[in-house]
Amino acid sequence: MTWDEMFPMLLESTGQTAEMVLWSTLFTVLLGLPLGVALVATDRGGLFPSAVLNRVLGLVVNLGRSLPFIILMIAVIPFTRLIVGTTIGTIAAVVPLTLGAAPFFARLVETALREVGRDKVQAAQAMGAGRATIVGKVLLPEAMPGLIAGLTVTVVALISYSAMAGAIGGGGLGDLAIRYGYQRFETTLMIVTVVVLVAVVQLVQSLGDTVARRLARD
Amino acid sequence: MIDVSGLRKVYQDRGREVVAVDGVDLHVREGEIYGVLGQSGAGKSTLLRCVNLLERPTSGTVSVAGQELTSLAERDLRKARQRIGMIHQHFALLSSRTVAGNVAFPLEVMGTAKAERARRTAELLELVGLADKAGAYPAQLSGGQKQRVGIARALAGSPPVLLSDEATSALDPGTTQSILALLKSLNRELGLTILLITHEMHVVKSICDSVAVMRDGLVEESGTIPELISRPGSRLAAELFPLPEPEPGNVTITFTGQAGEPVVSQVVRKFDVDVNILGGALEEVAGVSTGRLRLLVTGDERAAALSYLAERGLLVEEAR
Repeated sequence: MTWDEMFPMLLESTGQTAEMVLWSTLFTVLLGLPLGVALVATDRGGLFPSAVLNRVLGLVVNLGRSLPFIILMIAVIPFTRLIVGTTIGTIAAVVPLTLGAAPFFARLVETALREVGRDKVQAAQAMGAGRATIVGKVLLPEAMPGLIAGLTVTVVALISYSAMAGAIGGGGLGDLAIRYGYQRFETTLMIVTVVVLVAVVQLVQSLGDTVARRLARD
Repeated sequence: MIDVSGLRKVYQDRGREVVAVDGVDLHVREGEIYGVLGQSGAGKSTLLRCVNLLERPTSGTVSVAGQELTSLAERDLRKARQRIGMIHQHFALLSSRTVAGNVAFPLEVMGTAKAERARRTAELLELVGLADKAGAYPAQLSGGQKQRVGIARALAGSPPVLLSDEATSALDPGTTQSILALLKSLNRELGLTILLITHEMHVVKSICDSVAVMRDGLVEESGTIPELISRPGSRLAAELFPLPEPEPGNVTITFTGQAGEPVVSQVVRKFDVDVNILGGALEEVAGVSTGRLRLLVTGDERAAALSYLAERGLLVEEAR
Protein backbone atom coordinates (compact mmCIF):
# COMPACT_ATOMS: atom_id res chain seq x y z
CA MET A 1 0.00 0.00 0.00
CA THR A 2 1.44 3.37 -0.99
CA TRP A 3 1.57 6.44 1.18
CA ASP A 4 -0.91 8.18 -1.12
CA GLU A 5 -3.38 5.37 -0.52
CA MET A 6 -2.79 5.29 3.21
CA PHE A 7 -2.94 9.00 3.91
CA PRO A 8 -6.66 9.67 3.26
CA MET A 9 -7.59 6.57 5.27
CA LEU A 10 -5.41 7.62 8.16
CA LEU A 11 -6.83 11.11 8.08
CA GLU A 12 -10.40 9.84 8.11
CA SER A 13 -9.73 7.35 10.89
CA THR A 14 -7.91 9.89 13.02
CA GLY A 15 -10.87 12.21 12.57
CA GLN A 16 -13.26 9.47 13.68
CA THR A 17 -11.15 8.67 16.71
CA ALA A 18 -11.01 12.34 17.61
CA GLU A 19 -14.77 12.61 17.22
CA MET A 20 -15.40 9.60 19.46
CA VAL A 21 -12.91 10.69 22.08
CA LEU A 22 -13.99 14.34 22.20
CA TRP A 23 -17.69 13.62 22.52
CA SER A 24 -17.23 10.84 25.00
CA THR A 25 -14.84 12.99 27.03
CA LEU A 26 -17.49 15.69 27.22
CA PHE A 27 -20.18 13.27 28.38
CA THR A 28 -17.77 11.48 30.70
CA VAL A 29 -17.06 14.76 32.49
CA LEU A 30 -20.76 15.68 32.59
CA LEU A 31 -21.58 12.32 34.14
CA GLY A 32 -18.42 11.45 36.07
CA LEU A 33 -17.75 14.80 37.76
CA PRO A 34 -21.09 15.03 39.59
CA LEU A 35 -20.81 11.32 40.38
CA GLY A 36 -17.37 11.83 41.92
CA VAL A 37 -18.57 14.84 43.90
CA ALA A 38 -21.55 12.80 45.09
CA LEU A 39 -19.26 9.96 46.19
CA VAL A 40 -17.29 12.36 48.39
CA ALA A 41 -20.28 14.37 49.60
CA THR A 42 -22.35 11.38 50.69
CA ASP A 43 -19.47 9.77 52.56
CA ARG A 44 -19.33 9.77 56.35
CA GLY A 45 -18.34 13.23 57.55
CA GLY A 46 -19.01 14.65 54.08
CA LEU A 47 -21.14 17.63 53.11
CA PHE A 48 -24.24 15.52 52.65
CA PRO A 49 -23.63 12.28 54.51
CA SER A 50 -25.86 9.40 53.48
CA ALA A 51 -24.61 5.87 54.03
CA VAL A 52 -27.29 4.36 51.75
CA LEU A 53 -26.73 6.73 48.84
CA ASN A 54 -22.97 6.33 49.19
CA ARG A 55 -23.27 2.54 49.12
CA VAL A 56 -25.54 2.63 46.04
CA LEU A 57 -23.31 5.06 44.15
CA GLY A 58 -20.24 3.03 45.01
CA LEU A 59 -21.95 -0.10 43.74
CA VAL A 60 -22.94 1.54 40.44
CA VAL A 61 -19.43 2.87 39.92
CA ASN A 62 -17.83 -0.48 40.69
CA LEU A 63 -20.26 -2.27 38.39
CA GLY A 64 -19.28 0.04 35.54
CA ARG A 65 -15.62 -0.44 36.28
CA SER A 66 -15.60 -4.20 36.72
CA LEU A 67 -16.90 -4.98 33.22
CA PRO A 68 -14.19 -5.30 30.57
CA PHE A 69 -14.91 -2.60 28.02
CA ILE A 70 -15.42 -4.98 25.12
CA ILE A 71 -18.15 -6.79 27.09
CA LEU A 72 -19.74 -3.54 28.32
CA MET A 73 -19.86 -2.29 24.77
CA ILE A 74 -21.92 -5.26 23.64
CA ALA A 75 -24.01 -5.38 26.81
CA VAL A 76 -25.26 -1.81 26.37
CA ILE A 77 -26.24 -2.20 22.71
CA PRO A 78 -29.99 -1.97 23.48
CA PHE A 79 -29.37 1.15 25.54
CA THR A 80 -27.31 2.67 22.73
CA ARG A 81 -30.11 2.00 20.25
CA LEU A 82 -32.55 3.68 22.63
CA ILE A 83 -30.45 6.82 22.89
CA VAL A 84 -29.00 7.39 19.42
CA GLY A 85 -31.31 5.21 17.36
CA THR A 86 -28.49 3.11 15.92
CA THR A 87 -25.71 0.90 17.21
CA ILE A 88 -23.31 1.38 14.36
CA GLY A 89 -21.04 4.32 13.70
CA THR A 90 -18.90 6.81 15.49
CA ILE A 91 -21.69 8.56 17.40
CA ALA A 92 -23.15 5.22 18.53
CA ALA A 93 -19.76 4.36 20.00
CA VAL A 94 -19.90 7.46 22.22
CA VAL A 95 -22.56 5.80 24.42
CA PRO A 96 -20.55 2.76 25.56
CA LEU A 97 -17.38 4.86 25.69
CA THR A 98 -19.04 7.29 28.08
CA LEU A 99 -20.56 4.51 30.18
CA GLY A 100 -17.17 2.82 30.38
CA ALA A 101 -15.16 5.94 31.22
CA ALA A 102 -17.55 7.85 33.50
CA PRO A 103 -17.26 5.50 36.52
CA PHE A 104 -13.50 5.40 36.02
CA PHE A 105 -13.34 9.19 35.95
CA ALA A 106 -15.72 9.42 38.92
CA ARG A 107 -13.23 7.44 41.05
CA LEU A 108 -10.40 9.72 39.97
CA VAL A 109 -12.53 12.76 40.81
CA GLU A 110 -13.25 11.22 44.20
CA THR A 111 -9.54 10.71 44.88
CA ALA A 112 -8.68 14.25 43.77
CA LEU A 113 -11.39 15.78 45.97
CA ARG A 114 -10.27 13.77 49.00
CA GLU A 115 -6.85 15.36 48.64
CA VAL A 116 -8.36 18.74 49.53
CA GLY A 117 -7.65 19.33 53.21
CA ARG A 118 -10.58 18.99 55.58
CA ASP A 119 -9.51 22.20 57.29
CA LYS A 120 -10.19 24.17 54.10
CA VAL A 121 -13.73 22.85 53.97
CA GLN A 122 -14.23 23.62 57.64
CA ALA A 123 -12.78 27.10 57.26
CA ALA A 124 -15.39 27.73 54.56
CA GLN A 125 -18.12 26.34 56.80
CA ALA A 126 -16.93 28.60 59.59
CA MET A 127 -17.37 31.55 57.22
CA GLY A 128 -20.96 30.55 56.71
CA ALA A 129 -20.54 29.08 53.23
CA GLY A 130 -23.25 26.70 52.06
CA ARG A 131 -22.70 23.32 50.44
CA ALA A 132 -22.92 24.53 46.84
CA THR A 133 -20.37 27.28 47.55
CA ILE A 134 -18.04 24.78 49.20
CA VAL A 135 -18.19 22.43 46.22
CA GLY A 136 -17.93 25.20 43.62
CA LYS A 137 -15.46 27.52 45.30
CA VAL A 138 -13.39 25.28 47.55
CA LEU A 139 -13.42 21.60 46.57
CA LEU A 140 -13.34 21.87 42.78
CA PRO A 141 -10.85 24.77 42.43
CA GLU A 142 -8.54 23.31 45.08
CA ALA A 143 -8.64 19.88 43.44
CA MET A 144 -8.23 21.28 39.91
CA PRO A 145 -4.67 20.03 39.30
CA GLY A 146 -5.74 16.54 40.41
CA LEU A 147 -8.91 16.73 38.35
CA ILE A 148 -6.94 17.69 35.23
CA ALA A 149 -4.50 14.84 35.85
CA GLY A 150 -7.48 12.47 36.24
CA LEU A 151 -9.06 13.80 33.08
CA THR A 152 -5.82 13.24 31.18
CA VAL A 153 -5.67 9.61 32.29
CA THR A 154 -9.34 9.25 31.32
CA VAL A 155 -8.81 10.70 27.83
CA VAL A 156 -5.90 8.32 27.27
CA ALA A 157 -8.11 5.44 28.41
CA LEU A 158 -10.83 6.67 26.05
CA ILE A 159 -8.40 6.65 23.14
CA SER A 160 -7.60 3.06 23.96
CA TYR A 161 -11.30 2.16 24.40
CA SER A 162 -12.13 3.89 21.13
CA ALA A 163 -9.87 1.44 19.33
CA MET A 164 -12.08 -1.36 20.62
CA ALA A 165 -15.18 0.56 19.56
CA GLY A 166 -14.06 -0.17 16.02
CA ALA A 167 -15.24 -3.70 16.68
CA ILE A 168 -18.87 -2.53 16.66
CA GLY A 169 -18.47 -0.35 13.63
CA GLY A 170 -17.29 2.77 15.39
CA GLY A 171 -14.48 3.33 12.92
CA GLY A 172 -11.35 5.13 13.96
CA LEU A 173 -7.69 4.24 14.14
CA GLY A 174 -8.25 0.96 15.97
CA ASP A 175 -10.69 -0.18 13.34
CA LEU A 176 -8.19 0.73 10.60
CA ALA A 177 -5.42 -1.21 12.32
CA ILE A 178 -7.61 -4.29 12.72
CA ARG A 179 -9.09 -4.32 9.21
CA TYR A 180 -5.94 -3.47 7.24
CA GLY A 181 -3.05 -4.13 9.53
CA TYR A 182 -4.30 -7.38 11.06
CA GLN A 183 -6.76 -8.87 8.62
CA ARG A 184 -4.93 -7.84 5.39
CA PHE A 185 -1.35 -8.05 6.62
CA GLU A 186 -0.64 -4.40 5.74
CA THR A 187 2.27 -4.15 8.15
CA THR A 188 3.27 -0.64 7.10
CA LEU A 189 -0.21 0.69 7.82
CA MET A 190 -0.20 -1.13 11.15
CA ILE A 191 3.05 0.54 12.12
CA VAL A 192 1.87 3.98 10.97
CA THR A 193 -1.36 3.58 12.95
CA VAL A 194 0.59 2.64 16.05
CA VAL A 195 2.86 5.65 15.58
CA VAL A 196 -0.13 7.99 15.21
CA LEU A 197 -1.74 6.53 18.35
CA VAL A 198 1.44 6.84 20.36
CA ALA A 199 1.86 10.44 19.18
CA VAL A 200 -1.73 11.34 20.07
CA VAL A 201 -1.46 9.79 23.55
CA GLN A 202 1.86 11.51 24.10
CA LEU A 203 0.36 14.84 23.05
CA VAL A 204 -2.68 14.46 25.32
CA GLN A 205 -0.53 13.44 28.27
CA SER A 206 1.94 16.31 28.00
CA LEU A 207 -0.88 18.80 27.43
CA GLY A 208 -2.59 17.51 30.58
CA ASP A 209 0.64 17.60 32.56
CA THR A 210 1.34 21.17 31.52
CA VAL A 211 -2.13 22.40 32.44
CA ALA A 212 -2.06 20.56 35.77
CA ARG A 213 1.35 22.00 36.60
CA ARG A 214 0.23 25.52 35.69
CA LEU A 215 -2.76 25.19 38.00
CA ALA A 216 -0.84 23.73 40.93
CA ARG A 217 0.11 26.62 43.19
CA ASP A 218 1.83 24.67 45.91
CA MET B 1 -20.03 38.23 74.34
CA ILE B 2 -19.67 34.46 74.24
CA ASP B 3 -21.71 32.37 76.65
CA VAL B 4 -21.35 28.65 76.76
CA SER B 5 -23.34 26.77 79.34
CA GLY B 6 -23.55 23.13 80.25
CA LEU B 7 -21.80 22.15 77.04
CA ARG B 8 -21.31 18.44 76.50
CA LYS B 9 -20.02 16.71 73.41
CA VAL B 10 -20.08 12.95 73.18
CA TYR B 11 -18.72 11.09 70.17
CA GLN B 12 -19.61 7.63 69.03
CA ASP B 13 -16.44 5.79 68.18
CA ARG B 14 -17.06 2.22 66.99
CA GLY B 15 -20.02 1.87 69.32
CA ARG B 16 -18.03 3.27 72.24
CA GLU B 17 -18.90 6.63 73.76
CA VAL B 18 -16.12 9.18 74.01
CA VAL B 19 -16.83 12.24 76.11
CA ALA B 20 -14.78 15.08 74.62
CA VAL B 21 -16.37 17.95 76.54
CA ASP B 22 -18.06 17.08 79.79
CA GLY B 23 -20.21 20.00 80.89
CA VAL B 24 -18.37 23.24 80.38
CA ASP B 25 -19.47 26.80 81.20
CA LEU B 26 -17.59 29.67 79.65
CA HIS B 27 -18.28 33.38 79.85
CA VAL B 28 -16.22 35.59 77.63
CA ARG B 29 -16.72 39.29 78.24
CA GLU B 30 -16.85 41.81 75.43
CA GLY B 31 -13.43 43.09 74.43
CA GLU B 32 -11.34 40.55 76.30
CA ILE B 33 -8.90 37.91 75.16
CA TYR B 34 -9.93 34.64 76.69
CA GLY B 35 -7.60 31.68 76.54
CA VAL B 36 -8.49 28.04 76.94
CA LEU B 37 -5.37 26.22 77.98
CA GLY B 38 -4.94 22.48 77.91
CA GLN B 39 -2.96 19.55 76.62
CA SER B 40 -4.01 17.87 73.40
CA GLY B 41 -6.97 15.62 74.09
CA ALA B 42 -8.26 17.90 76.83
CA GLY B 43 -11.27 18.76 74.68
CA LYS B 44 -10.43 22.39 74.05
CA SER B 45 -10.47 22.03 70.28
CA THR B 46 -13.89 20.39 70.39
CA LEU B 47 -15.07 23.13 72.72
CA LEU B 48 -13.95 25.83 70.29
CA ARG B 49 -15.57 24.10 67.35
CA CYS B 50 -18.79 23.90 69.32
CA VAL B 51 -18.78 27.68 69.71
CA ASN B 52 -19.47 28.25 66.00
CA LEU B 53 -21.23 24.90 65.78
CA LEU B 54 -18.75 23.27 63.41
CA GLU B 55 -19.50 20.50 65.88
CA ARG B 56 -23.01 20.31 67.21
CA PRO B 57 -22.99 19.94 71.00
CA THR B 58 -24.67 16.86 72.43
CA SER B 59 -26.26 19.14 75.02
CA GLY B 60 -25.87 22.65 76.35
CA THR B 61 -26.23 26.05 74.75
CA VAL B 62 -23.94 28.48 72.99
CA SER B 63 -24.67 32.19 72.56
CA VAL B 64 -22.49 34.61 70.67
CA ALA B 65 -23.20 38.37 70.70
CA GLY B 66 -26.54 37.76 72.33
CA GLN B 67 -27.72 35.26 69.74
CA GLU B 68 -28.29 31.68 70.78
CA LEU B 69 -26.66 29.63 68.03
CA THR B 70 -27.75 26.21 69.21
CA SER B 71 -31.38 26.93 68.38
CA LEU B 72 -30.79 28.36 64.91
CA ALA B 73 -31.81 26.66 61.68
CA GLU B 74 -29.09 25.90 59.11
CA ARG B 75 -29.70 29.06 57.08
CA ASP B 76 -29.66 31.43 60.04
CA LEU B 77 -26.65 29.65 61.48
CA ARG B 78 -24.72 30.35 58.26
CA LYS B 79 -25.63 34.02 58.60
CA ALA B 80 -24.53 34.02 62.24
CA ARG B 81 -21.21 32.38 61.37
CA GLN B 82 -20.43 35.29 59.06
CA ARG B 83 -20.24 37.37 62.23
CA ILE B 84 -17.73 35.04 63.91
CA GLY B 85 -14.20 35.07 62.55
CA MET B 86 -12.00 32.00 62.86
CA ILE B 87 -8.31 31.35 62.38
CA HIS B 88 -6.73 27.93 62.14
CA GLN B 89 -3.56 26.16 63.19
CA HIS B 90 -2.62 25.25 59.64
CA PHE B 91 -4.05 28.46 58.19
CA ALA B 92 -6.54 26.64 55.90
CA LEU B 93 -5.94 29.03 53.03
CA LEU B 94 -7.08 28.14 49.53
CA SER B 95 -3.93 27.38 47.56
CA SER B 96 -5.63 28.04 44.23
CA ARG B 97 -6.39 31.64 45.17
CA THR B 98 -4.09 34.60 45.62
CA VAL B 99 -3.75 36.33 48.97
CA ALA B 100 -6.34 38.90 47.89
CA GLY B 101 -8.58 36.11 46.58
CA ASN B 102 -8.43 34.34 49.93
CA VAL B 103 -9.35 37.48 51.86
CA ALA B 104 -12.16 38.19 49.40
CA PHE B 105 -13.63 34.69 49.76
CA PRO B 106 -15.76 35.31 52.89
CA LEU B 107 -16.97 38.53 51.25
CA GLU B 108 -18.09 36.48 48.24
CA VAL B 109 -19.89 34.15 50.63
CA MET B 110 -21.65 37.17 52.15
CA GLY B 111 -22.62 38.44 48.72
CA THR B 112 -20.60 41.67 48.89
CA ALA B 113 -20.46 43.58 45.58
CA LYS B 114 -17.24 43.29 43.60
CA ALA B 115 -16.02 46.89 43.98
CA GLU B 116 -16.67 46.82 47.72
CA ARG B 117 -14.85 43.46 47.96
CA ALA B 118 -11.76 44.92 46.33
CA ARG B 119 -11.83 47.95 48.60
CA ARG B 120 -12.31 45.91 51.78
CA THR B 121 -9.66 43.37 50.76
CA ALA B 122 -7.07 46.10 50.25
CA GLU B 123 -8.01 47.63 53.61
CA LEU B 124 -7.65 44.28 55.42
CA LEU B 125 -4.31 43.48 53.84
CA GLU B 126 -3.12 46.91 54.92
CA LEU B 127 -4.33 46.15 58.45
CA VAL B 128 -2.26 42.95 58.72
CA GLY B 129 0.74 44.46 56.93
CA LEU B 130 0.56 42.43 53.72
CA ALA B 131 -0.54 45.06 51.21
CA ASP B 132 2.41 44.19 48.97
CA LYS B 133 1.51 40.48 48.84
CA ALA B 134 -2.00 40.80 47.39
CA GLY B 135 -1.09 38.97 44.19
CA ALA B 136 1.04 36.25 45.77
CA TYR B 137 -0.13 32.67 46.27
CA PRO B 138 -0.12 31.14 49.77
CA ALA B 139 2.67 28.75 48.79
CA GLN B 140 4.95 31.75 48.28
CA LEU B 141 4.42 33.01 51.83
CA SER B 142 6.07 32.20 55.15
CA GLY B 143 4.04 30.68 57.98
CA GLY B 144 3.64 33.99 59.74
CA GLN B 145 2.48 35.69 56.55
CA LYS B 146 0.00 32.88 55.94
CA GLN B 147 -1.49 33.38 59.38
CA ARG B 148 -1.74 37.12 58.71
CA VAL B 149 -3.75 36.30 55.60
CA GLY B 150 -5.86 33.99 57.78
CA ILE B 151 -6.47 36.84 60.21
CA ALA B 152 -7.35 39.29 57.42
CA ARG B 153 -9.76 36.72 56.01
CA ALA B 154 -11.34 36.11 59.40
CA LEU B 155 -11.94 39.84 59.86
CA ALA B 156 -13.44 40.40 56.41
CA GLY B 157 -16.99 40.67 57.66
CA SER B 158 -15.96 42.90 60.62
CA PRO B 159 -17.00 40.28 63.16
CA PRO B 160 -17.10 41.28 66.83
CA VAL B 161 -15.66 37.89 67.77
CA LEU B 162 -12.61 35.95 66.66
CA LEU B 163 -12.02 32.27 67.41
CA SER B 164 -8.44 31.12 67.30
CA ASP B 165 -7.69 27.41 66.99
CA GLU B 166 -4.04 27.01 68.03
CA ALA B 167 -3.20 29.83 65.62
CA THR B 168 0.46 30.03 66.58
CA SER B 169 1.23 26.36 67.22
CA ALA B 170 2.73 25.81 63.78
CA LEU B 171 4.92 28.92 63.96
CA ASP B 172 8.41 29.52 65.26
CA PRO B 173 8.84 31.55 68.48
CA GLY B 174 9.66 34.88 66.81
CA THR B 175 6.74 34.64 64.40
CA THR B 176 4.45 33.50 67.21
CA GLN B 177 5.31 36.69 69.07
CA SER B 178 4.50 38.91 66.09
CA ILE B 179 1.17 37.17 65.49
CA LEU B 180 0.28 37.48 69.18
CA ALA B 181 1.18 41.18 69.04
CA LEU B 182 -1.10 41.57 66.01
CA LEU B 183 -3.97 39.85 67.82
CA LYS B 184 -3.45 42.03 70.86
CA SER B 185 -3.49 45.21 68.79
CA LEU B 186 -6.64 44.11 66.94
CA ASN B 187 -8.19 43.44 70.33
CA ARG B 188 -7.29 46.92 71.53
CA GLU B 189 -7.98 48.91 68.39
CA LEU B 190 -11.09 47.19 67.08
CA GLY B 191 -12.43 46.04 70.44
CA LEU B 192 -12.33 42.53 69.02
CA THR B 193 -13.28 39.81 71.50
CA ILE B 194 -10.95 36.84 71.08
CA LEU B 195 -11.48 33.29 72.27
CA LEU B 196 -8.36 31.27 71.70
CA ILE B 197 -7.31 27.76 72.50
CA THR B 198 -3.70 26.83 73.02
CA HIS B 199 -1.46 24.33 74.72
CA GLU B 200 1.21 26.97 75.26
CA MET B 201 1.33 28.74 78.60
CA HIS B 202 3.40 31.34 76.82
CA VAL B 203 0.42 32.44 74.69
CA VAL B 204 -1.78 32.82 77.75
CA LYS B 205 0.92 34.78 79.52
CA SER B 206 1.48 37.13 76.58
CA ILE B 207 -1.99 38.23 75.61
CA CYS B 208 -4.83 36.70 77.62
CA ASP B 209 -6.96 38.64 80.07
CA SER B 210 -8.80 35.55 81.26
CA VAL B 211 -8.11 31.87 81.06
CA ALA B 212 -9.80 28.53 81.54
CA VAL B 213 -7.61 25.54 82.21
CA MET B 214 -9.05 22.39 80.68
CA ARG B 215 -8.34 18.76 81.44
CA ASP B 216 -10.24 15.64 80.44
CA GLY B 217 -13.16 17.57 79.02
CA LEU B 218 -13.60 19.69 82.14
CA VAL B 219 -12.63 23.22 83.10
CA GLU B 220 -10.39 22.90 86.13
CA GLU B 221 -10.14 26.57 86.92
CA SER B 222 -11.17 29.75 85.19
CA GLY B 223 -11.20 33.47 85.73
CA THR B 224 -9.15 36.55 85.05
CA ILE B 225 -5.45 35.90 85.25
CA PRO B 226 -4.75 38.04 88.34
CA GLU B 227 -7.71 36.31 90.02
CA LEU B 228 -6.41 32.87 89.21
CA ILE B 229 -2.85 33.55 90.19
CA SER B 230 -3.86 34.82 93.59
CA ARG B 231 -6.19 31.87 94.21
CA PRO B 232 -4.75 29.36 96.68
CA GLY B 233 -3.61 26.10 95.13
CA SER B 234 -3.99 27.40 91.57
CA ARG B 235 -2.45 25.03 89.06
CA LEU B 236 -2.05 27.91 86.63
CA ALA B 237 0.03 29.85 89.14
CA ALA B 238 2.16 26.80 89.82
CA GLU B 239 2.76 26.29 86.10
CA LEU B 240 3.44 29.95 85.40
CA PHE B 241 5.91 30.27 88.23
CA PRO B 242 7.54 26.93 88.72
CA LEU B 243 9.12 26.78 92.17
CA PRO B 244 10.76 23.80 93.84
CA GLU B 245 8.64 21.55 96.07
CA PRO B 246 8.12 23.42 99.32
CA GLU B 247 9.61 22.12 102.57
CA PRO B 248 7.27 22.11 105.57
CA GLY B 249 7.16 25.60 107.05
CA ASN B 250 8.06 27.32 103.81
CA VAL B 251 5.92 30.26 102.82
CA THR B 252 4.95 31.08 99.23
CA ILE B 253 3.76 34.59 98.52
CA THR B 254 2.10 35.52 95.25
CA PHE B 255 1.77 39.12 94.22
CA THR B 256 0.00 40.70 91.30
CA GLY B 257 0.75 44.31 90.62
CA GLN B 258 2.32 45.03 93.99
CA ALA B 259 5.81 44.35 92.69
CA GLY B 260 6.57 48.04 93.09
CA GLU B 261 6.23 47.81 96.86
CA PRO B 262 9.19 46.61 98.84
CA VAL B 263 7.05 44.28 100.97
CA VAL B 264 9.81 41.92 102.01
CA SER B 265 12.08 44.61 103.38
CA GLN B 266 9.10 46.26 105.11
CA VAL B 267 8.31 42.99 106.85
CA VAL B 268 11.86 42.58 108.03
CA ARG B 269 11.97 46.15 109.34
CA LYS B 270 8.58 46.07 111.05
CA PHE B 271 8.73 42.66 112.65
CA ASP B 272 11.31 40.68 114.48
CA VAL B 273 11.82 38.09 111.74
CA ASP B 274 14.47 36.86 109.37
CA VAL B 275 13.49 36.27 105.78
CA ASN B 276 15.43 33.97 103.51
CA ILE B 277 14.44 33.87 99.83
CA LEU B 278 14.53 30.27 98.59
CA GLY B 279 13.25 30.81 95.10
CA GLY B 280 11.18 33.11 92.98
CA ALA B 281 9.80 33.98 89.62
CA LEU B 282 8.59 37.26 88.22
CA GLU B 283 6.64 37.60 84.99
CA GLU B 284 4.68 40.17 83.08
CA VAL B 285 1.25 38.55 82.84
CA ALA B 286 -1.65 40.26 81.10
CA GLY B 287 0.31 43.50 81.33
CA VAL B 288 0.69 43.23 85.09
CA SER B 289 3.92 42.33 86.74
CA THR B 290 3.21 39.25 88.74
CA GLY B 291 5.36 36.89 90.72
CA ARG B 292 5.80 34.24 93.35
CA LEU B 293 8.43 34.04 96.03
CA ARG B 294 9.27 31.04 98.17
CA LEU B 295 10.40 32.30 101.58
CA LEU B 296 11.73 30.88 104.79
CA VAL B 297 10.47 33.14 107.57
CA THR B 298 11.84 32.63 111.08
CA GLY B 299 11.59 34.63 114.29
CA ASP B 300 9.25 35.44 117.16
CA GLU B 301 6.85 37.60 115.18
CA ARG B 302 6.49 35.17 112.27
CA ALA B 303 2.69 34.89 112.52
CA ALA B 304 2.24 38.64 112.69
CA ALA B 305 4.56 39.12 109.73
CA LEU B 306 2.59 36.67 107.61
CA SER B 307 -0.74 38.27 108.41
CA TYR B 308 0.77 41.66 107.57
CA LEU B 309 1.67 40.31 104.12
CA ALA B 310 -1.83 38.94 103.65
CA GLU B 311 -3.27 42.33 104.62
CA ARG B 312 -1.20 43.96 101.92
CA GLY B 313 -3.18 41.92 99.37
CA LEU B 314 -0.62 39.20 98.78
CA LEU B 315 -1.55 35.57 98.65
CA VAL B 316 0.30 33.81 101.45
CA GLU B 317 0.48 30.04 101.41
CA GLU B 318 2.20 28.00 104.08
CA ALA B 319 3.46 24.55 103.28
CA ARG B 320 2.73 21.92 105.91
